[in-house]
Amino acid sequence: MSTTAAVDLDVAQYCLRLGDDALVLAQRLSEWSARSPQLEEDVALMNVALDLLGQARNLLTLAGDREGRGRSEDDLAFLRDETDFVNAQIVELDNGDFGQTMARQLLVSAYHLPLWQALASSADEGLAGIAGKAVKEVAYHLDHARSWLVRLGDGTEESHRRAQAGLDAVWPYAAELFETDELLSGLVERGVAADPARLEPQWRATVEAVLAEATLKVPETTWRPSGGRRGQHTEAFGYLLAEMQHLHRSHPGGRW
Amino acid sequence: MVTAAAPTAEDVRAVLGEVVDPEIPVLTIDDLGVLRDVEVDGEHVVVTITPTYSGCPAMDEIRADVRSALARAGWPDVEVRTVLSPAWTTDWMSDDGRRKLREFGIAPPGRRADGPVLVQLGPRPDVVACPQCGSAETEELTRFASTSCKSMWRCLACREPFDHFKAH
Repeated sequence: MSTTAAVDLDVAQYCLRLGDDALVLAQRLSEWSARSPQLEEDVALMNVALDLLGQARNLLTLAGDREGRGRSEDDLAFLRDETDFVNAQIVELDNGDFGQTMARQLLVSAYHLPLWQALASSADEGLAGIAGKAVKEVAYHLDHARSWLVRLGDGTEESHRRAQAGLDAVWPYAAELFETDELLSGLVERGVAADPARLEPQWRATVEAVLAEATLKVPETTWRPSGGRRGQHTEAFGYLLAEMQHLHRSHPGGRW
Repeated sequence: MVTAAAPTAEDVRAVLGEVVDPEIPVLTIDDLGVLRDVEVDGEHVVVTITPTYSGCPAMDEIRADVRSALARAGWPDVEVRTVLSPAWTTDWMSDDGRRKLREFGIAPPGRRADGPVLVQLGPRPDVVACPQCGSAETEELTRFASTSCKSMWRCLACREPFDHFKAH
């Protein structure tokens, strides 16, 4: 994909945030490959990861274009260091058990759906094009996470306990998805970015409906971890990057 | 190296009729709606394609197949452009493509409702007929199958499992 729009560093940075969210979550989900609770689930999680990876490739390519310094999707994915990544921390957290993975997937997919719906009419044509595809994909991701959460939450005593524990562990990190800053409010004003203040009520309504169906409690917390958008990450992130980047860095310019 | 005269867009489309989806080899990229446009300027050919899903791993292979098919026909000056918008939909799949899918054992996609993407929280009302015996008594086994574009079903009448191309 190539676009030839003018350099716009704000749009580039926004695409990087969205692209890093998708890339890092794709990497985390792929850790389930050959380890899922059943074969069908292995295939499903890898399909979800592949969708996210495709979205990340499009977003990082667009970020590179808008940045105007000639950086490719690979340069951005493999040659940046930890503090250069601007994903929200929720996507980098360890998978935990399957219940925790699915709880995170629910929270992130319930954010992705209204996000991409809004961005389908972004003033940035490149972003709108990516959103038009992504919105159909994340609708499946949300549906998949919902059905698992309901099955686990409203399942056995043990599956309920673990789904709730997983949800409790990832819940505080969701708040960061709805933070705003100067960059974001400027882009919202220009009609490029989705307004987090509008996304949050939609997210909350979806999540609360699923949790009610799953007989799970909405966690109560006042702790709001933050910093991913400024390059501050959790301890888990460095290990993820090392695994994701080492092959590319060990064989610079290598090709199949 | 065969040198042919400058092609017309129809010539190019005829050659591209042999380029198939590597995952579903009964469908050409035209049947699938992946082939969006062909432009010819002298001997320079521009072929525009669009991915089915953002992460479709077949795109690189399709690009290479487009180039090599046209080169074999004597037109090596080919540019393959990839566009994302408008977003691909199964509604672009030709009727011929749907028939070929069914004969291949994959239940073709239904027509999508107009308007925004439907999010159904809860069981879906889809009726998917078994491509083997035609029975509507079928059930979904998993929403994600061997490729992103398919789900896996089983027929309760003939007991055969089958793939369904998801409406997208």
